[in-house]
Formats: sequence, C-alpha cells, structure tokens
Amino acid sequence: MSRIGVFICHCGENISRTVDVERVAREVGQLPGVAFSTDYKYMCSDPGQNLLKKAIQEQKLSHVVVAACSPRMHERTFRKAVEAAGLNPFLCEMANIREHCSWVHEDKEEATVKAVEIVGMMVERVKKNRVLPTITVPVTKRALVIGGGIAGIQAALDIADCGHEVILVEREPSIGGHMAQLSETFPTLDCSQCIMTPKMVDVANHPKIKLYTWSEIERVEGYIGNFQVTIKRKARSVDEDKCTGCGVCMEKCPVRKIPNKFDCNLGMRPAIYVPFPQAVPNTPVIDRENCIKFKTGKCGLCQKVCGPGAVDYEQEDILIVEAVGAIVVATGFDLYTIDEKPKGSLIKGYGEFGHGKIPDVVDGMTFERLASASGPTGGKILRPSDGKEPKQIVFIQCIGSRAREKGISYCSKVCCMYTAKHTMLYHHKVHDGQAYVFFMDARTPGKSYDEFWRRSIEEEEAVYIRGMVSRLYQKGDKIVVMGSDIAVGVQVEIEADMVVLATAIQPQKGADTLAQKLGISYDKYNFYSEAHAKLRPVECATAGIYLAGACQGPKDIPDTVSQASAAAAKVMTLFSKDKLEREPIVARVKEAGCVGCFYCKKVCPYGAVEEKEIRDRQGNLIKVVAYVNPGVCGGCGTCQATCPSKSVELDGYTDEQIVAMIESL
Amino acid sequence: MHPEKQKHAFEPKIIAFVCTWCTYAGADLAGTSRMQYPSNVRVLKFPCTGRIDPVFILKAFQQGADGVLVSGCHPGDCHYIAGNFHARRRFAAFRKLLEFVGVDLNRLQFSWVSAAEGGKWVEVVTDLTEKVRAMGLMTEFKELALEEQWSGTIDTPELKEAYDQI
Ligand SMILES: Cc1cc2nc3c(=O)[nH]c(=O)nc-3n(C[C@H](O)[C@H](O)[C@H](O)COP(=O)(O)OP(=O)(O)OC[C@H]3O[C@@H](n4cnc5c(N)ncnc54)[C@H](O)[C@@H]3O)c2cc1C
Ligand code: SF4
Ligand code: SF4
Ligand code: FES
Repeated sequence: MSRIGVFICHCGENISRTVDVERVAREVGQLPGVAFSTDYKYMCSDPGQNLLKKAIQEQKLSHVVVAACSPRMHERTFRKAVEAAGLNPFLCEMANIREHCSWVHEDKEEATVKAVEIVGMMVERVKKNRVLPTITVPVTKRALVIGGGIAGIQAALDIADCGHEVILVEREPSIGGHMAQLSETFPTLDCSQCIMTPKMVDVANHPKIKLYTWSEIERVEGYIGNFQVTIKRKARSVDEDKCTGCGVCMEKCPVRKIPNKFDCNLGMRPAIYVPFPQAVPNTPVIDRENCIKFKTGKCGLCQKVCGPGAVDYEQEDILIVEAVGAIVVATGFDLYTIDEKPKGSLIKGYGEFGHGKIPDVVDGMTFERLASASGPTGGKILRPSDGKEPKQIVFIQCIGSRAREKGISYCSKVCCMYTAKHTMLYHHKVHDGQAYVFFMDARTPGKSYDEFWRRSIEEEEAVYIRGMVSRLYQKGDKIVVMGSDIAVGVQVEIEADMVVLATAIQPQKGADTLAQKLGISYDKYNFYSEAHAKLRPVECATAGIYLAGACQGPKDIPDTVSQASAAAAKVMTLFSKDKLEREPIVARVKEAGCVGCFYCKKVCPYGAVEEKEIRDRQGNLIKVVAYVNPGVCGGCGTCQATCPSKSVELDGYTDEQIVAMIESL
Repeated sequence: MHPEKQKHAFEPKIIAFVCTWCTYAGADLAGTSRMQYPSNVRVLKFPCTGRIDPVFILKAFQQGADGVLVSGCHPGDCHYIAGNFHARRRFAAFRKLLEFVGVDLNRLQFSWVSAAEGGKWVEVVTDLTEKVRAMGLMTEFKELALEEQWSGTIDTPELKEAYDQI
C-alpha cells in the first residue's frame, strides 16, 4: 500500500487567494493511499523543502505530490528535495494549481473544486509511478566536424587545440569553402587568402585533426556521446600518402578545358587537378567524367609522369566508420541562381532578367574571382563575354532575398556589405569606370560596417539608386538595365557593360538529405534549426549535434567564426565529463508482447528503435523484436501510441499512469 | 471590474490532452498573464502529441467527458521533430472512426497552441466549453464503458505465460 504525502502550497497568496488550500489538503487527505497532507505558505522555500523532507522520513512516505506552480517551474526543485530525503525522484509529481487554476479563475468555489480534482488526478498517477534509475552513458571524446569552410576550420582547430581528436569531413577536394574564393573582405579589406590559408595549413598540420576531403557522410548512428559515423571516401585516383604535390601530372594532362568551379567557371583546369593552388591537401583528384583514361582506356599520362607513383586508376570509393561523441555541422551555403527553377519548386527564377542567359550578368562570387589577385584574370576586372574592361557596371542587391514573390522572404545579410566592397574594389581597379547600385535599403549593422558602406559612396564614388530593376536585356554588346529611382520618383535606364547580382544565400544543395541522416530539423528553406533562437543558438534539438556558420542562416565571417568557437565550446563542455546523465524518460519494449511489426521503428523520429533477435538455448531464432536504445530515445512516446500490441512503453508516461489519471476524473 | 458570473444549468466536463513543450507551456503563459477562462477543463500533460493514443480519447468519453481537446506544437515545431505529424495522421483516421460509430465530432477538438499563444489557449478552451455546453451531456459512450474494462496493463494469462517463457 502506498503512503502518499500531499503538500499544498499557498504561493504567498497567489494560490490561496482563489483556492481554499486548507480544504484541498483536507479533501485529498481522504483519498485512498494518502497518508499525509498539509498546506504551507511557500513550498519551494528552504523551510518548505525541509518540511517535505522531514515528512518523507517521519511519515515513511512512499510517494509525493506537491500541488503548487507549474512543473515547468519547480519539478526539478522538488524532485531534488525528494531525492535528498532518500526517495527516488521520479516518485514525486507536481499538481499545477497556480498557472492552470488559481491564476485563471476568480470564483473561489470553482477554483477549489478544480484544484481538488487536479491534485486527485496526480495522486492517482503517482501511485503508478515506478522507480526510474538515472541513465548514464559514456562519452567518446572525439568530435566530427562536417564541412571545411571557415566555420568548420575554426571549430576543428578550437576543439583540437583543447587536446581532443577531430575528424573533419569535406566533400570537395580541398577545405576552404567560400572564404577561400573571396578576394578581399569587408570591413577591413584584408586579403581573404592571406588570413585563410594559414588556418588551412594549421588544420593540415594539426596532430589531433584527421582530415578527410573528397568525402561525404554516408550514415550516422548512435546518440550523444556515442555516434558511429560512416564516411564515404570517394576515389581520388591519387594516393594521398604517396603524392608530394609536385603538380607534374596537372601540367602534362592533355585535357585542358574543363571550367573550374572554384573560379565560377571563368578559368579552365585539367582532368587531374587541385581546385586552387593553395589547396589543402595539395593532392590532385582525377575528374573521372572528363578523364580520357576513364572514358576510353587510353592516355594514362599522369601515371607515367608521376615520380612517386601516386596516380592509381584502380582506386575505389571506400567506407570507413569513426566513433565520435559530438558532431558540429558546418556545411555552409550556396548561391541562388536566377535560372528558371524546376516546376513545383518553392523558389522561382528571374524571367525578367532572361533567366541567367546573358553572359555578362554575373553573381557576386564571380566578381570576387575576377577581383582576386590569384583568380583567372589575375585580379583584372574583365567581363566574361569578350574580356573587355567594363566602364559602366551595375550592381543589383536583393536578388532573390526579401523577394516573397520569388519564394524567399529572408534577408541574406551579407550582400549590402559585399556590394559596397565590390564598388570599392572596382573603383580601385578601373579608375575611369562608374559603378551604380540598385538597392532597397542598406542594412549595415555591425562594428565599422556603416562607416564602410558610407565610404563606398563618399570616397569611392559609387552611385546608389534606391529602387528595384524591372527588366534587363542585351542590346548589342551592352546590357540595358531598366529600373526606378523611388527616392526621386523617376524611371532610370542604364546601358551597362556588366551587371553583378547580389544573389541570395541559400543552404548548400543536399542540406535536407544530410539533416535526415543526422536526425536534425531544418526550416522550409533547408537552413538547419537551432534548439532555441535566442538561448540555444548553436545547439540542435538533437542532443550532441551543434551548428556553425551559414548552414544555420546567412552570416558574415565574424559571425561565422564566433558561432564556430561557440559550438566548439559546447563540444568541450560535453567532453569535460566522462559520463553523461540523462532523464530516464525513455521507451522500453516488452518483448513478450512484441510481434515484430516495427511500426515503432518507422515512426521514431530519432531512429532509436533497433531490431533484436531472440534465440532459445540452442541458438535457434525464436523471433525478432524491437529494442529501444535508451541513449538515442528522445522520449516522445510516438512509438507507444503506434504499437498495435501495446508492447512498448514510455517510462514516466505509461498507459497505466495515464488511464489512472483519466479514471480519477 | 469583474463581469457578473453567469450560472449555468449544465457544466460540461472537458478533458485536454496536451504536449509539454508547446500547449502546456501556452497554458502556463495564460496563467502568468492572468487571463481568465472557464474552469471546466482538466489538463493531462504528455511529452508530445505523438504519445497520445486515441484509446485515451475513448477512455475520456467513457469516463464522462463531454468534450475532449488534443493540442500540441504547430506543425514543424514539435520538440521531437515529427511527433505531431504522426499524431495528426493518427487522429485524421481516428476522427473518421468516431464519426462512423456516431460520435458528434464537435465534441472532439484538435488544435495547435504554441508556448507563446496563451491567448489562443484561452480562446480554444473557452470556445470548446461553450460549444459543448450548448450540445449538452454526452451519453453515447456511457454504455460502452460498461462493456469494456480496458486497462493499460498486460493482464491476460496468455501474455503472462509468454512473459515467463523468455
Ligand atoms: C559574394 C560574397 C562575398 C562575401 N564577402 C564577405 C566579406 O567580405 N566579409 C565577410 O565577413 N563575409 C563575406 N561573405 C560571407 C562569407 O562567405 C561567409 O560568411 C562564410 O563563407 C561562411 O562560412 P561557412 O564555413 O559557414 O560556409 P562555406 O564557406 O560555404 O563552407 C562550407 C563548407 O562545407 C562543405 N560542405 C557542404 N556540404 C557538405 C557535406 N554535405 N559534406 C561535407 N562537406 C560539405 C562545402 O564544400 C564548404 O567547403 C561573402 C559572401 C559572398 C557570397
Ligand atoms: S589519365 Fe590522362 S586525362 Fe586522365 S587525368 Fe591522367 S593525364 Fe589527365
Ligand atoms: S519514445 Fe519517441 S524517441 Fe523514444 S523510441 Fe519511442 S518514438 Fe523513438
Ligand atoms: S512536442 Fe509538442 S507536439 Fe511534439
């Protein structure tokens, strides 16, 4: 027989003003199983908690109900107190008679009757509560970082500098991401390569960082502290250990005219290549689609000229499994294109701009490559169609961004600033040229940002036109830009030599597929969702997974680096303990009843349900049943409501407990 | 200041099944904001709407509820990623079943109330209470309650035996 103790709190007058607390204590005291009931002014205060502890010991209470505020407020407090008195904390429940009763009703009689029922309901529930053990799980102190842009690099370095091993996975042949493509960076105009390459080299040389480039995440299993990650290392066709990075193969490769993605297709590269000279690792990769050897079986030149014998046409994709305790996702962004979008897609293209068919209408990243000293033009601003220097250049901001009719309503955050930067770079390089900018408004919060933007107008002579462009078309070798200046209220028409579009920042392609592998949530644009927009900005709702950089939302470099270091700090906090404690609200399978339908496995949002074989003593298979991994289970209970044979049960929310509550009403 | 309280001949019993993360928190917010609503509702907290078995709704009606409310996070906001999608699918089918057995679907309400929507909680609860009050006492399930004595435990001899064998 249970000996339940019920404690009714006055909460000063917050509860007692509308609820007759003494009557509640008296009435619930009559309920079967209740051994003790009392009321007190402030249950959460020290004397209140002592009263509770003393009663547990003196009255030999088996269960406790505290009727007070919301459990969201003080459940932890009272469970701790109960534990201190020697009871399992999960034998204590709270009845919410403040937020759900005294504060929302005025009639004392009504509120008191309701309070009695609420407390009675929790009394019936607590009778069915079971002792739940705290679950501890070991922590593997190694981290996985996905994406080798500045975000991933910063997070990897911070964690590795703390002495923990890091596995950095990048799907391109080199780390660096978009920052490696930039020419100079706002707001200081320092050269991106100069601040980026040393960090890339640090990654390559760090004894604690294992770098897998040209690799992708195949599968993620496990849970916080204990992930198993399967990584696909795509065949590079060059042995990373043997290659010295001399580059002879690239010189000799007869295929020369493959547009280089890194240079936004402005420059050309061979079939065996590194995307850019400062690549890390400096090991080439063979692009098998364009390689003559792979297409026809002939050639094979690079293998012949390679001194250390690193070229290996037989190499195959391999899968490796790594055990890690935490994951930082830093997969960055892609740029929106104005091309026609596939039918049914949320996002639309720009028909009025010819859907990207005019060669001298380029995006911001292409302009970065043109302006970059190590770019395809050696830093000269030359237009792609005929290599002439543009004397009139038009920049258009907010392409795709903040354009609800195109399907994107957010602001891409960096375009105002990089367009200002572009007008400066242009002015430095083409002294007799004129830059025009179409903009809706300039968004320049950030240290030294507004000053930077003003400089582009006041010192670098960019002409800013407030308004949008309605149409673009090719006329001879010019591009006619038609727009309106809403500040003056006139139509403007500019015959430009080149047009640069500040296109929206979007999550990288395949962001949703990766999220599904990781079991993390994402918004309608595929940006990854943080657990709380303000208070948990770098954690995912899925424990043990953290976010850094533009994969979570548009961001500039300072914000990206801050978030990356914050994510690293979270990982280090996790790694500061050998074992993790978690709430034991997890599902358990009653194997006797389980029919092996695995509906639970299908609905579990965390992939916590596994298949388990039951064998007899001779080792013959009897049946296959579900098994819930307590480390992975999030505790939602979806499996239980789905199970047709009622064979999986969520501890703390069993059918018994819930039915007891309903029956009390 | 307080409007004169109206006494009604019939006070319906309303049982609400809500998830902790959104609707329970929304109801808490209604409290901290000192909003007022009819006292007929009794709230049962679940980790997620995904945990809510349609059987509980039947049980509530058997137990004399005149109206049942199920409420959780807005689609896409579920704390457990997708629990509410499963719940939504489950209840879409379940409603059809209830309708088939002759329950007036006006007695069963589904809604999404977020942790920020204290006002919406008040609205939903008030509307349902008034609607059900107008409909009067629910009688359809009283008979059923007598027939079926369902409890959440494994208590059949067959299952017990199967248990022991393992
Ligand atoms: C035109 C332009 C100019 C800019 N100029 C400036 C400037 O001057 N100053 C400034 O502060 N900011 C600037 N920015 C913003 C800056 O580029 C970003 O803040 C920064 O690059 C974000 O870094 P990241 O690491 O989050 O993403 P990224 O640089 O996009 O890196 C992501 C990395 O992850 C890899 N990856 C993606 N998916 C996967 C996967 N599934 N598996 C493995 N790897 C994956 C990618 O290959 C990439 O290497 C500019 C942006 C643009 C578009
Ligand atoms: S096989 Fe020939 S084409 Fe292919 S990478 Fe080697 S040299 Fe280039
Ligand atoms: S309770 Fe939720 S998270 Fe846990 S096993 Fe069941 S469905 Fe998966
Ligand atoms: S947590 Fe609210 S519906 Fe899932």
